[in-house]
Amino acid sequence: MFSRFVVPTIVLAASTFSLPSRAQNAPRTPFPAPDPGAVPVDQNREKHIDGWYKEVPAPPKDQKAAPAPRHDLSGIWEPAAGWRDGVQFMGAKEYPSDGKHILPFTPLGEKAFKANKPGFGTTEVPIALNNDPFDICDPIGFPRIELFNLRALQIVQTEKQVLIFYQNDRTFRSIWMDGRKFPPEDISEPRWYGYSIGKWEDDTTFVIQTVGLDERTWIDNVGRPHSSNLRVEERFHRVSHDILELTLTIIDPAMYIKPWIALDKFPLRLQPADFDLREMLCSPSEQAEFDKQVSRPAIADTKKK
Amino acid sequence: MKNSLGVSSLVMIGLLAVSAPLFAHHGNASYGNAKQLTVKGTVTEWVWLNPHTLLKMDVKDDEGKVVNWVVEWSAPSSLINFGINKQTFKPGDEVTVVMITPDNGAPVGRIQRVMLANGKWLRG
Repeated sequence: MFSRFVVPTIVLAASTFSLPSRAQNAPRTPFPAPDPGAVPVDQNREKHIDGWYKEVPAPPKDQKAAPAPRHDLSGIWEPAAGWRDGVQFMGAKEYPSDGKHILPFTPLGEKAFKANKPGFGTTEVPIALNNDPFDICDPIGFPRIELFNLRALQIVQTEKQVLIFYQNDRTFRSIWMDGRKFPPEDISEPRWYGYSIGKWEDDTTFVIQTVGLDERTWIDNVGRPHSSNLRVEERFHRVSHDILELTLTIIDPAMYIKPWIALDKFPLRLQPADFDLREMLCSPSEQAEFDKQVSRPAIADTKKK
Repeated sequence: MKNSLGVSSLVMIGLLAVSAPLFAHHGNASYGNAKQLTVKGTVTEWVWLNPHTLLKMDVKDDEGKVVNWVVEWSAPSSLINFGINKQTFKPGDEVTVVMITPDNGAPVGRIQRVMLANGKWLRG
């Protein structure tokens, strides 16, 4: 048995990553933090496994793409480039909060954005000081469920609906395609996931409009705000049998002077029919335990200053 | 310079090797300068929590005092892709943990990688 001791090692100064718009004065550390260790970790190669611990074979590289079926999105889908491609921890994929991708905020939108205190991006704060509703395990809501940790999802079609089941938050949305209109304009009961209607634009493109979204939700993981009049357009385009592209547009004149594209032809790949969706939930009691044991102690001295 | 656990020397290293991002609710703002430490200890509990897993371990400092560290790792849904699961650690396991730590010296951190007693490294 080896003795237990603390090995003096390394300090990493990350102040070069600081951004001028950052809300806090503390040095900004990139995520993930750099790991200068030269230790090989080849024993731990990553595998693509489903929720049933079954390894999913890689798609054949030379296989000719089969054509997309007509009016059919059904199946289990994952980000085509691997699950990391849908994480978007720095905000919507086309607009990461890096000081370079500037959103067309209205003055109200800019004010609302600055009032939000996320755990990532140019306005990040320590987790114990943030006001991210998802950090207390409120429902992630829509469209954030597609703009943060977009993992596996299952699409089921019925005669009148398209149902989307998400791994993240283990929840679902109903998209009505029976020709109905939205509820009256003054929606008295906003929803975390809104009210969605969809229609086939052509043989392989399904377009969804969603309104009636609860203002408490954030658009993405870095606190992009929205009003009660947010409208989200999703375009699911099945470009081949195995590939489905998602384009998601934010339309909210109260917060943004023009629509902006949060996902642009984001590719999803069809998974085997027996692929099991993993459970991925935020547990309020477990999050509280984490805050108590890690996030608050991590800034305890800072708060006293 | 000494920190609360008797670390006696600190070395600046410029070599950067960034690993790919995992599931995380939050960035590294809680960790300020993200001082990297390597700590050897004995596992007291491996808590398979959502959205963060927690590895608790007893660590003896240079003066022989035992401190219980609580270090966070990624969510189960991410770790599982690397073969790390609820049974990976048991109380009594000897581990070497490479982590980033906050500026205030609290015995908490975020895991970057872990070496088991058999020399196998885990990265999640």
